[in-house]
Amino acid sequence: MTVQQAKPPLPSDDKRWKLVNATMRRNGYTGHALIETLHSVQDAFGFLDETSLRFVAASLDLPLSKVFGVATFYHIFMLKPKGRHACVVCTGTACYIKGAGALLEGIQERYGVNPGDTTEDDRLSVLTARCVGACGLAPAVVLDGEVIGKQVKDTLVATLEELN
Amino acid sequence: MHLEDLAEKAAEYRAEEAHVEHEVRVCVAASCQSSGSLPVLEALTKACGDGGGTCKVKGVGCMGLCSAGPLVAVAKRDSDLADSLVYRDVTAADAPEIMASVRGAPVERLRCPTDQPFFARQQRIVLENSGIIDPDSFKGYVAVGGYAALVQALSEMTPGDVLREITTSGLRGRGGGGYPTGLKWSTIAKMPAGQKYVICNADEGDPGAFMDRAVLESDPHRILEGMAIAAYAVGANKGYVYVRAEYPLAVERLQTAIRKAKRAGFLGSKVADTQFAFEIEIRLGAGAFVCGEETALMASIEGLRGQPRPRPPYPAESGLWGCPTLINNVETFANIAPIIREGGDWFASIGTERSKGTKVFALAGKIENTGLIEVPMGTKLRDIIEVIGGGIPDGRAFKAVQTGGPSGGCIPEAHLDIPVDYDSLKTLGTMMGSGGMIVMDDSSCMVDVARYFMEFCMTESCGKCIPCRAGTQQMHGLLDKITRSQGTQADLTLLEELCEVVQATSLCGLGQTAPNPVLSTLRYFRDEYEQKLGDG
Repeated sequence: MTVQQAKPPLPSDDKRWKLVNATMRRNGYTGHALIETLHSVQDAFGFLDETSLRFVAASLDLPLSKVFGVATFYHIFMLKPKGRHACVVCTGTACYIKGAGALLEGIQERYGVNPGDTTEDDRLSVLTARCVGACGLAPAVVLDGEVIGKQVKDTLVATLEELN
Repeated sequence: MHLEDLAEKAAEYRAEEAHVEHEVRVCVAASCQSSGSLPVLEALTKACGDGGGTCKVKGVGCMGLCSAGPLVAVAKRDSDLADSLVYRDVTAADAPEIMASVRGAPVERLRCPTDQPFFARQQRIVLENSGIIDPDSFKGYVAVGGYAALVQALSEMTPGDVLREITTSGLRGRGGGGYPTGLKWSTIAKMPAGQKYVICNADEGDPGAFMDRAVLESDPHRILEGMAIAAYAVGANKGYVYVRAEYPLAVERLQTAIRKAKRAGFLGSKVADTQFAFEIEIRLGAGAFVCGEETALMASIEGLRGQPRPRPPYPAESGLWGCPTLINNVETFANIAPIIREGGDWFASIGTERSKGTKVFALAGKIENTGLIEVPMGTKLRDIIEVIGGGIPDGRAFKAVQTGGPSGGCIPEAHLDIPVDYDSLKTLGTMMGSGGMIVMDDSSCMVDVARYFMEFCMTESCGKCIPCRAGTQQMHGLLDKITRSQGTQADLTLLEELCEVVQATSLCGLGQTAPNPVLSTLRYFRDEYEQKLGDG
């Protein structure tokens, strides 16, 4: 019989930990709930920090190395906090053919950040996606969760300028 | 439950709508939503009011012509897309005029003719409900005959009958490989009884492909029904849909569909009041292309890094948690209900000798009509691009069409007259893939395209086997050098050698097919490579 480890205490009284815990409970605290759990941490906190990785590892009774391995393997998991706004430029084939590169150049020219980075004032994170499936509207950008299609460099930068 | 009971239910649901003479259908799939279809839906709903009791505004799935979105169709209650009045590029301000056109003259300035080849040349089986029913409505699905195939299978057919029907249909896997579906199902059915799983691969990672997304967003119950029939045929009681986290709307609609199907008794411990039990859970991907490979996908469902393992054993023998597992693509499952309903022979009468049925393609890139189309297998590539797709915009010349994503290749003008099926594409050095078609005009540099795909494979390589991990890196370096006009003849020779090695020695499909974009561009556009070589 396997001895069930005592569950670790929540890292803080932040209510968001309860959401994370609920995901693990729903999956019976089994190791195969790892990806689901990391999704729920990221949904709640925006990114995965060391505290959360340690907490998840202890709760699911997995080595920290394995949790870290999974967190770094999948592109969607972020180990750094995002800026207040996130601009995801799709670099799928259709978007690439229709000028996604120019969009990234435009952002780089205006804000000096490359994909994966955040502006120094924490205002904007720039990311790329493999394909958001909006190929009919190429080139597409996902701005704070909203897909905006048929972008050109100038209008995109103008839209980004208007964010607060 | 018998078919008659279900038919009664369907009639009851239709009767609830009997007063509706006209429907105003607004596309609420992701692409049209991105072009602003939700405010349009709201404005139309407001403008309609109670519609005099005879008109209803509803959100529907994808109508196909994504580039003209948001699309709105005004239709008689039971009519399909081709018989409706379709409006393109609609804004909320157009709502009153559109409502007036339900009984009056069409709004000519917004009209999108449905007799154009884009609509007229399609044959819709997978997408038959797409753009017609409300994807979030269980009643809507049942009213058009949904779940009848499942009830028919459970009440009138043995698992063996189902397997025979699927085998007769000649259906081949729509995820790209084209493995005969009937054969795959039979292998799992033959495994000793015990825990078995059915997985729907909705990890549509090919950049430039959005067929599965549209199906999930437009007709999610269809997938659940297909999976349940498969589970009955192979003897599984648990299913997973592995769907990309990048498709939040598809996930949401699937969740709603699963909840409603469960409540209505079409999923759960007694499916349609029989002894057959089947549950479906959703598993979210996390942005790794390699997870489209079946063994990597299963590793990911188990909560591990998505790394493939050698086959055999195939998932059919030892899959998820070591149990026999059936994995099919979204579009494959979407074909199941019509095959059971109309019979395998009917399905086998469509398409070519070795590729049956229809195929959904996502047209994108430098083409007039970007969006989703469904055509019989064997349709000529030229018809798809020039007639249905409307040709190349801005007066430019066609150069190549890319199929099969990072595992496929480019087809030049000279081969446009081939009928599209699994085998013909293979002889051209590309593959069907999941169905993305990216059209390129004369402004695209083919070496650059090859470099783009190699960069993709390099970043997406899981790192487990060396040929793929190191080979894609080296090939990318060489391609980069050549695109910067710094390559030499020796580099080109080395590139070709590497292509062979990586193809022959990689562990999984990702690595084995990673050289394809290079090989096919070398085959048809070698001069572009040579023009870029320096004299080194």
